[in-house]
Amino acid sequence: MTQHLLPLFVAIPLAAAFLNALLGKKIKRLSDLLSAVATFALAAASIYAVLLFKETGVIVYKVGGWAPPIGIAMVMDGLTCLMLVTVNVIAFLVSVYSIDYMEKYTEKWNFYCLFLLMLAGMNGVIISGDMFNLYVFLEIAAISSYALVAFGTEHEELEASFKYAVMGTLASSFILLGIVFLYSFTSTLNMADMSMELAKRGPSQIVLLVSVLFLMGFGLKSALVPFHAWLPDAHPSAPAPISAMLSGVLIKSLGVYAMIRVFFSVLGATPQVLSILMTIGTISIIVGACLALGQWDFKRLLAYSSINQIGYVILGIALGTPLGILGGLFHLLNHSVFKSLLFLNSGAVEYATGTRDLQKMGGLKEKMPVTANTSLVASMSIAGIPPFNGFWSKMIIIVACVQAGHFAHASWAVLASILTLAYFMKVQRYAFFGELKEGLSRVKEVPLFMKLSMIALAVLCVAGGLLLIPGLSGGLLNAASDAVLNGKDYGVIVFGAIK
Amino acid sequence: MSVYFLCLVLFSIGLYCILRKRNLIKIIIGIIITEYAVNLFFVLIGYRMHGRAPIHAPDQEVLNMVDPLPQALVLTAIVIGLAVTALIASIAIRVYEKYGTFDITKIRKLKG
Repeated sequence: MTQHLLPLFVAIPLAAAFLNALLGKKIKRLSDLLSAVATFALAAASIYAVLLFKETGVIVYKVGGWAPPIGIAMVMDGLTCLMLVTVNVIAFLVSVYSIDYMEKYTEKWNFYCLFLLMLAGMNGVIISGDMFNLYVFLEIAAISSYALVAFGTEHEELEASFKYAVMGTLASSFILLGIVFLYSFTSTLNMADMSMELAKRGPSQIVLLVSVLFLMGFGLKSALVPFHAWLPDAHPSAPAPISAMLSGVLIKSLGVYAMIRVFFSVLGATPQVLSILMTIGTISIIVGACLALGQWDFKRLLAYSSINQIGYVILGIALGTPLGILGGLFHLLNHSVFKSLLFLNSGAVEYATGTRDLQKMGGLKEKMPVTANTSLVASMSIAGIPPFNGFWSKMIIIVACVQAGHFAHASWAVLASILTLAYFMKVQRYAFFGELKEGLSRVKEVPLFMKLSMIALAVLCVAGGLLLIPGLSGGLLNAASDAVLNGKDYGVIVFGAIK
Repeated sequence: MSVYFLCLVLFSIGLYCILRKRNLIKIIIGIIITEYAVNLFFVLIGYRMHGRAPIHAPDQEVLNMVDPLPQALVLTAIVIGLAVTALIASIAIRVYEKYGTFDITKIRKLKG
């Protein structure tokens, strides 16, 4: 009975998107309600899934009743649980925020429809146990995100969307090509079966080729540094709630999660791949931080900061040690909380003042106390100031680096962390502190729903550090890092869980 | 073997088109070519020389059959490709309405 929870993560947002498209135009306010209720149900289901996982362990759902490896499977293990909670809780808060924010756009129901489709795609990628289904869900999420980036239909939005769509499609082609090679090599598409088959055959040139293809494909999706050019254009151009979703969860579920799943569980993480990922992660950390420092556009600065922080996640996971993986996954969770909050803050500032240029702001603290204080919390979290959540995850990653003997990587990570503090001090100094600029005297605080979701995310930032105590989170993080560490045993575990 | 090599050539032509062309429409055509190269490669993997359709009939024995799975998957991939192409083409049309050109060197509002 419990296994029937799994397809709901895809079915609920798909159904809500369909109803939105059908009825949203006719009945006013219905789309707000529908989207909020659907995302709330998903968030509740994801928390229930974590509790369920603690009792039953790995759950496998057989689509259509056909047993894997012939049939399609949906798999929920520790890593899936962590990602589901991250994606669905953020999606709920973003959906609440959109109720007021999206009022300034026309065709709000279309926005919700695309938003829910993107959510269905992301949940599908996370929960899928089948290689080709992963590709299909990845494309659903990607196509709706191209459309959402262009939602404003102004010069910048369209240009960014075109760039993003071209890069994204190319990435998808590489991923599909990798899947084709894997299929021709192993004659199966089920990830668990594939992993066992590859383990039986031992190392080969094909696996190396496939690793390179997936590194390019998922690297493009997660915007690691040689492949990052589209992100600073695409993420700021989208409406603020979508920027929060894109930076907060999309690059993680489509990029980082899929990469971890493919490299650790299916292909098996070889030392070469891990050292390449570690180098790419460190380069992303440095380049992202340096480029963010020079930005004056609030949202563009945050977009570069995403590249920087994704670097930390990849560095932590690529260390391959239990502590490193724990730190990387914890930073992934934390980054989705504080980066969504920062993008929502930037949206609130834009909503109230009509500008994203930091030089035209100033002294907003007295006019917009909620936005200013929540953004202060988020900035301190991302810069790694104790006791906020970002401090703990960054500290674990750096300690794991030192423990594994990678002193150079550790020192770059520390240095970039100081740069992070510097560029967020710049945001705080220019936007919220200082003298109130002329022309901003009539600025008002944003409406209720926007405030509510910003406050909720700020509370999560403060309380996030508590997740490290295993008793409080239900062992969420430990279960997730165990799932990554199990590596090639994934196949055995999944087939063991089929009933 | 040479068919697989030709697939690679087709893929490379598509990549060249995406990377080197300045016209938005030509870039879209490049994307389509890369997609088709991947799809063609996928179908070729399931193909057997002189193979027949894998339909089970009670009175005959099937010895040499074509793998049906790639065909089903490629069909899905083609549909996805169609959706992407339609979306990108409509974005390109809107870009033309705003900028009055398809030349990417003149469409440069985003920098930094």
